[in-house]
Amino acid sequence: MAITSPVGVAGEAAPQAAVRGPHWDSRFTVLILFLPPALLLFTLFVVLPIGEAAWYSGFNWNGFGRPTHWIGFDNYRFVLETRAFWLALRNNGLIIAVSLAVQLPLALTLALMLAEKFRGAVALRMLFFMPYILAEIATGLIFSFVYDGDYGLVASIWRTFGAEPPHLLASTDTAMLAVLIVIVWKYFGFHMMLFIAALQSLDKTLVEAARIDGATRSQTLRHVVIPLLYPTIRLSVFFAIVGSLQLFDLVMPLTRGGPADSSNTMVSFLYNNGISRMRVGYGSAIGVILFAICVTFAFTYKRWFMRDE
Amino acid sequence: MNSAETARAPFDPAVLFKAAFLGIVAIFVLVPLLATLLGGFKSLGELRVNPFGLPQHWEWQNYADILFSGRYWQLLRNSLIISTLTVTLTLIVASMAAFTFAHVRFFGSSMLLSYLTLGLLFPAATAVLPLFIKVRDLGLLDTYFGVALPQVAFSLAMSVLLLRRFFKDIPYELLEAALVDGCSYIKFFRYVTLPLSRPILATVGTITFVNSWNAYLLPLVMLNTDALYPWPLGIMVYQGEYSSEWHLILAFITLTILPTIILFLLAQKHIVAGLTAGAVKG
Repeated sequence: MAITSPVGVAGEAAPQAAVRGPHWDSRFTVLILFLPPALLLFTLFVVLPIGEAAWYSGFNWNGFGRPTHWIGFDNYRFVLETRAFWLALRNNGLIIAVSLAVQLPLALTLALMLAEKFRGAVALRMLFFMPYILAEIATGLIFSFVYDGDYGLVASIWRTFGAEPPHLLASTDTAMLAVLIVIVWKYFGFHMMLFIAALQSLDKTLVEAARIDGATRSQTLRHVVIPLLYPTIRLSVFFAIVGSLQLFDLVMPLTRGGPADSSNTMVSFLYNNGISRMRVGYGSAIGVILFAICVTFAFTYKRWFMRDE
Repeated sequence: MNSAETARAPFDPAVLFKAAFLGIVAIFVLVPLLATLLGGFKSLGELRVNPFGLPQHWEWQNYADILFSGRYWQLLRNSLIISTLTVTLTLIVASMAAFTFAHVRFFGSSMLLSYLTLGLLFPAATAVLPLFIKVRDLGLLDTYFGVALPQVAFSLAMSVLLLRRFFKDIPYELLEAALVDGCSYIKFFRYVTLPLSRPILATVGTITFVNSWNAYLLPLVMLNTDALYPWPLGIMVYQGEYSSEWHLILAFITLTILPTIILFLLAQKHIVAGLTAGAVKG
């Protein structure tokens, strides 16, 4: 029996269906109905703005009317000549360094401890994961209380030792350090969960084989378990870096990037200098630079470190 | 002997170290949260001398004032509207696109899919100024949709990838059999794919919801009217007004993060699975 097209206009469609294969009509309907909404939204709100950022970055424009004052690459020059830009870039570098040197080992150690089953393990996992789902804004506000020089927890500890409490967030020396501690507090649980998920899907026969062959616990860990976790470690590093490049919400309630730009990230620098003053051209130039950093990083990292995945 | 093995050495240093380490991390996580909750029950004067301990006088008034003010509920309502719009639209638009990519072979399909996944490469912040101008030109500035539509657009890449991977695992024979029986692709999508895909829809919905509920930058740029503010914006305004009356701010923070914590306790599995699934093999 011939397969007939389910669509009503069979008279006209049937011969076509024979040429284009069965169910052409039905497939065609899906194509023209199902795909455009996604493509339209994505193009309109994601792709076009990036292209427009590149265009606007050539103008000196405050966002009203049409851009007319073309200044070429001057905006990029202005950005690169701003000290705050390099501070922001350095701070993003610091965040990445702390993610690698503190957060990752902490997450991995906790994952190794909590992947085993014992009473309370699941509760602890959930507790450690909880900061990750809290809004950055709420987290930032909680810690601006913790760090508060008059009412905060840190101040209270200082006072018990009879010392004058510091205003950590108000000093250029300590503001970024304070932000970094909050970052570890908020995100280590996420990385821990990644490692726990990986540990649970690990091939346990390999570990057992190593133990039977007489490897000690720490030898097994170093030479079997950790190497098996390399793909997850690379993934975790990837997220730490991408996360650092997007960090904004957490900084705003804590320091707004201050004092004296000492705790800006790339995005808070973009916000403070481009968005809040409606300097569209200048802000777009920062956006394009950030975009270039993200894309270059993503491609190089995928190419060098995640080739097999 | 067996009993000697089960009765573990009471002073195994490794176990002790492990317990101490976990304890310290637990305190590191818990103390700021508990201090926030309890701080909301204190008077400002007590907060200054006793930020850690239990309140000597439980000031229920701090919490009650906020709960009986229209402000708190308005913020939650706005957040709920924006998040619900975002989740609903994301699920509809992404699942339709993912279905097409999973089951309909057409010229340029893989090209279009890689086009969509470009969205994974950069954060919304990079293009937020042109995005603001676009939303303004569309007349959507200061509306719920002005926040929700860009959020949907930015969540599409990840959502389509996750959904497509799941849809592809639905046996092809099922689709073939349905087509032979005269079922259309659209009916198959509606009556077979979607009901079979509840777990992944829940996962994608959870990721999108949490992101939208917590979002700050997009609403900050797109909304001007206080009456439309979602809670992260509202709480920043509140903090600006009561700048150093920390007992009130702490109570307000506690009440605004309460919905997230309740949701987390109710749907731990989905949330953990969702937020890490997006990560693993993204």
